Amino acid sequence: MQENKFAAIFKQNAIWLVFVVEIAIFAYFNPKFLSIPNIVNISRQVSYYGIASIGMTFVILIAGIDLSIGSIIALVNVVCAYLMMNMHWNMWLAIIVSILMAILIGILNGWMVASIGIPAIIATFASQTIFRGCAYLLSGGLPIPGVVLEHPTFGFFARWALNRWEIFKSMGTVGLIPICAIIMVICFAVGSFILNKSYFGRYFYAIGGNEEASELSGIRVNKMKYLIYALSGFFAGLAGIVLLSRSGSAQSTAAIGFEFEVITCVVLGGVSVAGGIGRMSGVIAGVLIIGSLKSGMIMMNVSEYTQMVVQGLVLAVAVGIDCFSKKRQAS
Amino acid sequence: MSEDYVLELEHIRKEYPGVIALKDVTLQLRRGEILGLIGENGAGKSTLIKCCSGAVIPTSGKIKINGKEFTRMTPAAENGIAIIYQEFNNVGELSAAENMFLGRPILKKNGIVIDRKAMEEEAAKAFEQLNIKINPRTLVKNLSVGYQQMVEIAKAIQQNAQVLIMDEPSAPLTTNEVESMFKVVELLKSKGVSIIYISHRLEEIFRLSDRIEVIRDGEYVDTLITDKDPATIPNQVDDLIKLMVGREMTQKYPPRKPCVRDEVVIELDHVFGNGDEDISFKVHAGEVLGLGGLVGAGRTEIAQVIFGSRPKESGRIIFMGREINPKAPREAIDYGIALLPEDRKRHGALLTNSIKNNISMPIYERISKGTVIDSKTEKHTAERYREDIQIKCPSIHQLVKNLSGGNQQKVILAKWLAAQSKLTIFDEPTRGIDVGAKFEIYKLINDLVENGVAVLMISSEMEELIGMSDRIVVLAEGKMMGELQKDEFNADTIMSYASGVIPESKKEAV
Repeated sequence: MQENKFAAIFKQNAIWLVFVVEIAIFAYFNPKFLSIPNIVNISRQVSYYGIASIGMTFVILIAGIDLSIGSIIALVNVVCAYLMMNMHWNMWLAIIVSILMAILIGILNGWMVASIGIPAIIATFASQTIFRGCAYLLSGGLPIPGVVLEHPTFGFFARWALNRWEIFKSMGTVGLIPICAIIMVICFAVGSFILNKSYFGRYFYAIGGNEEASELSGIRVNKMKYLIYALSGFFAGLAGIVLLSRSGSAQSTAAIGFEFEVITCVVLGGVSVAGGIGRMSGVIAGVLIIGSLKSGMIMMNVSEYTQMVVQGLVLAVAVGIDCFSKKRQAS
Repeated sequence: MSEDYVLELEHIRKEYPGVIALKDVTLQLRRGEILGLIGENGAGKSTLIKCCSGAVIPTSGKIKINGKEFTRMTPAAENGIAIIYQEFNNVGELSAAENMFLGRPILKKNGIVIDRKAMEEEAAKAFEQLNIKINPRTLVKNLSVGYQQMVEIAKAIQQNAQVLIMDEPSAPLTTNEVESMFKVVELLKSKGVSIIYISHRLEEIFRLSDRIEVIRDGEYVDTLITDKDPATIPNQVDDLIKLMVGREMTQKYPPRKPCVRDEVVIELDHVFGNGDEDISFKVHAGEVLGLGGLVGAGRTEIAQVIFGSRPKESGRIIFMGREINPKAPREAIDYGIALLPEDRKRHGALLTNSIKNNISMPIYERISKGTVIDSKTEKHTAERYREDIQIKCPSIHQLVKNLSGGNQQKVILAKWLAAQSKLTIFDEPTRGIDVGAKFEIYKLINDLVENGVAVLMISSEMEELIGMSDRIVVLAEGKMMGELQKDEFNADTIMSYASGVIPESKKEAV
């Protein structure tokens, strides 16, 4: 019994072992990998994957998928920048409005999936195309530059996020941690809370396990689907703002293919694409593994094309392990 | 060998882990005869057919075809046995001819390209043999159900089947289609094909069959020679029903204190919907109302309407004195209605979730502050019902999929106990549950009614229906056939009602 428990805990956290081994390998080949600037850099890079991965976790938990988040990010970038730079809105108002828009897109996805009954992969693929198109239309395909430098409040906010290193160094205190990473940590806390402490989490796991039985147990499955796609939209929107603060200019071509990277993180973190199984801690590990993999490969001068190959392999292996273990359980 | 048997099944036995589906069934089919096969739901007819088709391998027993012995059947078609299932195996998007040659197409001489013309000619020949007019080029999805069935029969004939097994062939058909099907069946018989005809409709069995074999609880009971004299049929029906049901009521049911109260918990007033027509009944507090009938009689359907998972078309449902119209299970649950579905694994338990989560699922919103679950209450609830109804498990964190059928049913029951429902609907409460666990489930039902809960129990097991109910309502084909008070309980009467026959003694009363 005791041994089984140990084995179970080990199995649940095996993903963290993968992370540690990965770090060790990169650190062995390049001692700078573990330097503080690099760690800070990684944390900044993973932050927007991390934030978006929370919504994606919920979606995949109910055996759905959201392919629209990359386009949501691009549109949020363009809209937020447009409101601030061209319409001269207050920064916070622009942020709130563009995140609300992201939530609305999520609700639209939920409507297509739950009320109309379009398979999630098609419904969200459609909105991926639609809203990428909207981003192009609004920006005319050109970047909206100068968000960081020219907008007074956002510029400060973004500079702070970007250059925390100098700010905190000069303040001589704790903070080596970039703001976007702090936002990510808060989001993960909220995500874990929803999944483990609120009844929504119980519902998500139930729906992912068996929709019909969930409905017959009193869960309003369609409502939950709306909620989940709306949450996915919200977290994507937030990730969009973080990206904008980092890049300093809004690109309608931002985050193309982003959904697949996020799906890789989530699935790598042990969330089953068949739904119903997965933990937030696993997803955090998945995000960190992919983030450091990218950074490590860049530091080792691995070409971008090779990086793609490696990332694809990681996805296939992660899903393969999940499916294989299920197959063995079934027989 | 004095008789010319095409198919002989000798002492077929089939065991599944924990369940014996067939104990000992023997069946002999003569060349060119129609054998009616009857038995209650769960008597083992389907398993027996599957043994003939090769889908199920018997644990023991012999299968002989034309005197040649097999211990198991592999591709049945090659041995001249064809089966017409209730659900057809047609591909709607293909033509009638293509369906007939599915999996074994006629190829052109080059051996690659399908010879559509040859297939259509062969199909036309087969249809002609059966005196049916189907254009071989018509897509099957555009054919009526009756013709779709004919395509299957023609396929069997085209493959030179000597034995045709038909499982409830009339169930999906309209009256006219049934007549044409009978003609085809009789034609086949005259051509020397042997037919096993399975049906719940006894009048069909009498009209078609030469002999009638009865099985019960996976065992061979008797074979009668059909007497087609209309005068003797009522007596024969009675005899058959006795044979089908006739066992002694040996199984014990836990005693229950009389606890039926006057208070009406739910009343259905001329309810139509979900395929059911004009259903009216009442269930009182502390009462078990049994809902009898055959599979497909519309019992589960009425339960779905009450539970809000299927819409009602008209009529009124009055629950605790006020009219309700639940549009979703959530609403029905909030009124105090619970449903334990027939298919536990698909509709009842959340298999990939823990016992604890399953039990609290309908009440999470009640035991949460805001959206935050009170995890203490959650745990206490689960532990309490685990104790109370003795769910056998190492811990409440165990996943439900790892529990036995009986314990899964207990988890589902615990969830509704926790929700404090006032009406509990059981749909086949003990299906697939072993005898010991059955007794425990019966005790739990008794506990429920003794505490004033109203119970609506759908059951296809005659013994269970009679042993547990205070009153019984019988449905057939979506309509109410009759209601029986406790002193009128009688397996024969229930069976007649369920078969859509109103017995002589009851006729004036209805």
